[in-house]
Amino acid sequence: MNRFGYTRAGDVAEAVHAAAGDDAAQFIAGGTNLVDLMKERIAAPSRLIDITRLPLRAVKSLPDGGLEIGALVSNSDVAYHPEVASRYPLLSQAILAGASPQLRNMASTGGNLLQRTRCYYFYDAALPCNKRAPGSGCPARDGVNRIHAILGASEHCIAVHPSDMCVALAALAATVHVTGPAGARAIEFAEFHRLPGDAPERDTTLQPGELVTAVALPREGFAAHSTYLKVRDRHSYAFALVSVAVGLRMVDGTIAEARLALGGVAHKPWRDPTAEALLRGQRPDDALFAAVGEHLVRDARGCGHNDFKIALVRRAVVRALQQAVAGGPRA
Amino acid sequence: MLPGMGDDTCAITLKVNGSTLRLQVAPWTTLLDLLRERLGLTGSKKGCDHGQCGACTVLVDGVRINSCLSLAVMRDGASVTTIEGLAEGDALHPLQQSFIEHDAFQCGYCTPGQLCSAVGLIAEGHAHSEDDIRELMSGNLCRCGAYPNIVAAIGQAMRPRRDA
Amino acid sequence: MTTGKTGAPHDRVDGRAKVTGQARYAGEFTAPDLVHGFVVTSAIARGKIVRIDAAEALALPGVLQVYTHENAPRLAWRDRSWRDMVAPGGSPLRPLHDAEVQFSGQPIALVVAESFELAREAAGLVKVDYEAAPHETRLAEVEAEAHEPARGKKGYTPPPKPRGRADEALAAAPVRVEATYEHPPLHHNPMEPHATTVIVEADGSLTIHDKTQGVTNSRDYVCKVFGLASDQVRVVTPFVGGGFGSGLRPQYQLFLAVLAARELRRSVRVVLSRQQMFTIGYRPWTRQRVALGAERDGRLRALIHEAVGNTSRFEDYCENVVPWSGVLYECPNTRLEYGVAALDLYTPIDARAPGAVTGLWALESAIDELADALDIDPLALRLKNYAEEDQDHRRPFSSKALRDCYREGAARFGWHRRSLAARSMREGALQIGWAMATGIWEAQQAPSQAKALLTADCRLHVASASGEIGPGTYTIMSQIAAEQLGLPLAAVRFELGDTALPPAMIQGGSATASSVGSAVLAVCRALQHSLLKLAQTMPDSPFGGRALEDVEFVDRSLRLCSGVAPAVPIAAIMRHAGLGSIAEQTTAIPDLARQSRYTSNAHSAVFVEVAVDEALGTVTVRRVVSAVAGGRILNPKTARSQILGGVVWGIGMALEEHSMLDHGLGRFVNHNLGEYHVPVHADVPAIDVVFVEERDDVVNPLGVKGLGEIGIVGVAAAIANAVFHATGRRIRELPITLDKLL
Repeated sequence: MNRFGYTRAGDVAEAVHAAAGDDAAQFIAGGTNLVDLMKERIAAPSRLIDITRLPLRAVKSLPDGGLEIGALVSNSDVAYHPEVASRYPLLSQAILAGASPQLRNMASTGGNLLQRTRCYYFYDAALPCNKRAPGSGCPARDGVNRIHAILGASEHCIAVHPSDMCVALAALAATVHVTGPAGARAIEFAEFHRLPGDAPERDTTLQPGELVTAVALPREGFAAHSTYLKVRDRHSYAFALVSVAVGLRMVDGTIAEARLALGGVAHKPWRDPTAEALLRGQRPDDALFAAVGEHLVRDARGCGHNDFKIALVRRAVVRALQQAVAGGPRA
Repeated sequence: MLPGMGDDTCAITLKVNGSTLRLQVAPWTTLLDLLRERLGLTGSKKGCDHGQCGACTVLVDGVRINSCLSLAVMRDGASVTTIEGLAEGDALHPLQQSFIEHDAFQCGYCTPGQLCSAVGLIAEGHAHSEDDIRELMSGNLCRCGAYPNIVAAIGQAMRPRRDA
Repeated sequence: MTTGKTGAPHDRVDGRAKVTGQARYAGEFTAPDLVHGFVVTSAIARGKIVRIDAAEALALPGVLQVYTHENAPRLAWRDRSWRDMVAPGGSPLRPLHDAEVQFSGQPIALVVAESFELAREAAGLVKVDYEAAPHETRLAEVEAEAHEPARGKKGYTPPPKPRGRADEALAAAPVRVEATYEHPPLHHNPMEPHATTVIVEADGSLTIHDKTQGVTNSRDYVCKVFGLASDQVRVVTPFVGGGFGSGLRPQYQLFLAVLAARELRRSVRVVLSRQQMFTIGYRPWTRQRVALGAERDGRLRALIHEAVGNTSRFEDYCENVVPWSGVLYECPNTRLEYGVAALDLYTPIDARAPGAVTGLWALESAIDELADALDIDPLALRLKNYAEEDQDHRRPFSSKALRDCYREGAARFGWHRRSLAARSMREGALQIGWAMATGIWEAQQAPSQAKALLTADCRLHVASASGEIGPGTYTIMSQIAAEQLGLPLAAVRFELGDTALPPAMIQGGSATASSVGSAVLAVCRALQHSLLKLAQTMPDSPFGGRALEDVEFVDRSLRLCSGVAPAVPIAAIMRHAGLGSIAEQTTAIPDLARQSRYTSNAHSAVFVEVAVDEALGTVTVRRVVSAVAGGRILNPKTARSQILGGVVWGIGMALEEHSMLDHGLGRFVNHNLGEYHVPVHADVPAIDVVFVEERDDVVNPLGVKGLGEIGIVGVAAAIANAVFHATGRRIRELPITLDKLL
């Protein structure tokens, strides 16, 4: 790790103030990804601003019936929180499908949003990588790309976002609350992460110095008909090759509302409202589900090793929709 | 001041296995390196240094974490329990005894992490079956493949609690 | 307190040290003057370093030195000085020797600093410019250039000459199967990364704590390379955090740590990062063709097995991949061939059951394919072709209880309930597959020494420079010694892992129990002999004229087996002789004259159930029965653990493990435990281990065959066969990841 300064902030204003004017300063909470990156010299902050003492550890009900999760609530505490587990089981399942208990105990809600890709090349500082060293090239495109993106990639970057939690948050249409030098604002989840385009070094739409303070869930949690299906290379402790978060609102056997997000396929959790629209007002049916899967990958492109993900998405979407209709992953 | 590290160190207080320590640490020192290199507590292991193996698992304020991804300076005021702190004097922790009886290790390198993780697992209270134990211990790799014996050892150590 | 016994399920004697964190591994020894080294490795696969600039690293306060080929001392110049005990033929890597880069990840500099963090950070500041040369890391591109390996590797036996006319017999056979099988390079990834701590003693001598499976090998290597006398170097390694073969040869951190310690005259520790664990040896990438010809009743008529494994450009790593195919089944016409092909990668190194794992993956897959082609039960096919003698060497087996493995394994598994056809078993969305495979490994014994000191208070100290990589060496050696002298286990202390002790064979090949165990047995017999002689001098001794066969040691006493006279306490014998202690040292040498008249192998039968999600392609191993014929079992508890470990390795090899090469870069890219998948708890089901009774008085005086390897052999084939039985899809390229089943 490079030499860096260390500041412990006591409240949000202090943290934001400490970061202001120093683009190379970074906030740190759980540290599960940032410390990892610093050891490989992929991140080299001038200063770490320790935000773990900030009062952002509450899970509280919102007046509109939603639920607000403080940015410092650990992934474990979110997953096992009774309100989350009962009203947003999709979120609990997604979190528990990720990482390990130790990491979930450390990792914060805000930090999970800011996880960086697990692309082999991004992690190997000896190699070129446009995300790590803009302009240096992308060896993944013609290299080993089994885990890489099939949707929304660019010629500059084919990395995928690694989070499970974020796939559920995308499906739930959460809102991210941030505070920065210019004040507080709310960001729709779909707008929080970005596609690589020609600036793959930027994972999110956060402005310099902005701090995630909370994630707000809307009232509808799709508790009766939701699932998180994660397909991976081993039965636990592995990133998703493909994951599907589904939330359905069923009325008299008909899908009244549908939410569907994919993980492991793009630079951000992949939500496609046109695919959701195909489900709305329809009765559950395997042919319909297959059509939705097909629709989701209509623009998908593989780079060789990851071609299989296109077929896998089709199948995983069908399975996830079946599970959601039945009530959940074990139903 | 740490050797060769300049003077930008921070004063922290840590309770380690019951003893309160006042330490000067560089901000880039991980809890794992502090334990192993400074405090001589080499029971906590470094298997990957990236949170991908679980060998470094310790309990911080009773919660299992990967000490390799935790900066020591950020744990100021915390209480840390390592493998060296599980036994009470000569009396082994029930999990330690159970691991021996079930031959739940071979080379022994992942063992301290498995044990601390199992202590955390039991305290969390979310494991209700052998499959739950398998899933919730999956953050601890064992290359010798002692998994079936580890699961059995933890299952036995949990049993009295479940019956109670 | 009862006498410690072999054959009884003792808890590990080092268990307490391991569960309390007191067991100390190579990178955990320290000294007041200790400094830390961090290795810089090459980014290119082949070429030259044209500039290496350490100025920025050296400018950091606390960085002591950066060693590169430009400032490293010139050391031994002959290849043979760099060749360790188990080196293959060729020219071993000489780190920091010159500007040449021979593989990606080659160590090219060592940064030494006052702290680990600083050394790591400074290593990132070393700037290197290369002149890259074309490289090749694709096996298919060099397969045609495969050659017979250069001689020199211990334990390597070239394939036997062809028997009969295999190609003609194949062409004439009514039923034929022929296929190519492949597995990628696989890194061992023991949980403990390779590490060396060199402590410079006051007299300038070196005490080295090295992660090694053979302290003597490390000591001799250091002495030869640095031109040191053997009394200037002592290697002490009481615990090894997993080896699996990766510690058979000295790894480069040993060389670099010694170099820095000698230059700086300070104690130095060098620990490889997990990423760097992918820059040392690995199980080689291997492609194999197996062709089987059979009669319609299943009798084999022809067996052809050809294998090509990769090696480096500078050494010919080789292993026994194909010989097993000539031994396991009766077949009149066989042709077995093996070659190695050089790639711009580091030299492979033995990995758990080297060669056998590879060969049996192909052979046992092919046998399953033949069973399918013949519509015969795969177990019945194996029994039909059961070899009763070693046809290649025309000699009997010293023992072979494989038939019992088949029978017991099948019974435990419930094999008779299997339906023959593929895709015939199903549970909802899951396709169920039941299959099996055979395992085989060579029982070996190598010369080893042990010493023993028995004190008048009936405490026994036995020692040999063996290792403890996890099999339970401390425990079984203590059991052997305790049993011989009628002592409780707690009265015995076994010491290992120190070059100051009598030399032992390197810990590998499942031969420690056999080799070091025989030495412990021999040295305890020597003590028995001395005690009997002393007892015979006691007044009214009941032992006059008696030989060792007539007496036994039980409950700290010597007595006649006939029981006609009272037992005499060992303490009384020594008191009478006026001795405070008795010391013995013995070498156990294999009885080659006798052993060479037989073929001695351990065997196994592995039965597996898998569930395959038909839509998603995910494979779950749901249960495993491993029935093992491994000679006498010294400690059923630790023995079972060894087999469990082998099975878990087999699961990893079959379904998950893959060191992925980027051929454009010539580099392993998934070099971490997040992306190199080894099995986790959730991947491993209940595993039923059965040891069948097997007596063998040829292999060694203990009758043991060794268990470190046999547990993994055949597992990958059994799983691949089960996937076929479940899905009807035959996957011949490991690992069987879900993309191959979509």
